[in-house]
Amino acid sequence: MNILIVDDFSTMRRIIKNLLRDLGFTNTEEADDGSTALPILQKGGIDFLITDWNMPKMTGIDLLRAVRADAALETLPILMVTAEAKREQIVEAAQAGVNGYVVKPFTAAVLQEKIERIFERVEAG
Amino acid sequence: MSGLTDTNSYEGYIQELSKTTELLMEKIEEGNAGDIAELIDSIKETRDRGLFTEIGKLTRALHDAISEFHIDSYLDDSDQKEVSTISDATDRLSYVMNLTDAAANRTMDMVEASLPIAQGIGDDTSKLKRDWERLGKREISYEEFGALYKDMGKFLEANEKRVTDLQQNLTNILVAQDYQDLTGQVIKRVVSLVQDVEGSLVNLVKLASNVEAVSGIESDKGDKNSKPAQEEMGIFPTKNEEFVSGQDDVDDLLSSLGF
Repeated sequence: MNILIVDDFSTMRRIIKNLLRDLGFTNTEEADDGSTALPILQKGGIDFLITDWNMPKMTGIDLLRAVRADAALETLPILMVTAEAKREQIVEAAQAGVNGYVVKPFTAAVLQEKIERIFERVEAG
Repeated sequence: MSGLTDTNSYEGYIQELSKTTELLMEKIEEGNAGDIAELIDSIKETRDRGLFTEIGKLTRALHDAISEFHIDSYLDDSDQKEVSTISDATDRLSYVMNLTDAAANRTMDMVEASLPIAQGIGDDTSKLKRDWERLGKREISYEEFGALYKDMGKFLEANEKRVTDLQQNLTNILVAQDYQDLTGQVIKRVVSLVQDVEGSLVNLVKLASNVEAVSGIESDKGDKNSKPAQEEMGIFPTKNEEFVSGQDDVDDLLSSLGF
């Protein structure tokens, strides 16, 4: 299981990476915004994407749309972990095809629950 | 007044005054009292018009700045819905303070909870090590060996829980560092807002100096005050209906959308 973590703050990438390691996911890659994440995704081999929303150059919502528009990536599970807490933004992300949405600040338990739920749905569906 | 010169600009105003003054000098030399009186009136009228134009520009710029940074709603307490961008920025900086304070306390709580655990492991290890060395030198009685065996069993059992607790505390310390991301974003936006305010103020000061010049008012130079603001900030939990108040709210919203 290869997970790509996309966030412009290295602290947050490190937090998520460590939490994932605790959950047993040791294979992670990192990118600091959508424009650097997209080539990594297009190269292949990423099974799960965790992305922030507000990033320079290419935002998380634009990355989400780009991934869903790519035939090779359209089913990739995506979890958005972001401080963007506007209702209309959450609806926008849902409509763009996000699989889960976690608002910062979050707890390890919430992240674990959302990741597990996404996997359950992917396996079921 | 001829009206040939554009008095809507400060430069135009000066140009027109200069022309009329030249003409006035000519008429004075000719000694034409009627024309002199007419030209003096004309100079006065030009000055008034220049003053009105500059005040008009300043008023417009002030109005633009006020609406751009929502200062009007700040001044009008009856409208609580839209706070001024300045007071909004102040709230955001308070949020940064609260967040860093909470993170520091959370980290210290975890460290304080972990230190006695580490101390307990150290103390027990030292005691067992002493007995273990005595066992190695065969300086231990059969009864003491029985006690050592039991102690070792208790130590191992206790350590399982201690290690789990330590791991949990360390994870909590790690997660508490997320404030850096959140506060960084808020500060970045406040910085951009301050830059916008500065730009507007510079423009207002420039326009005000034209009014001063036309009216002949001398003011103290070098005043640097700030006010205004701009830009909507997405992050930051508020009681605003537009925002979710936490993860439970997000989950409710998503489930209402069929998630």
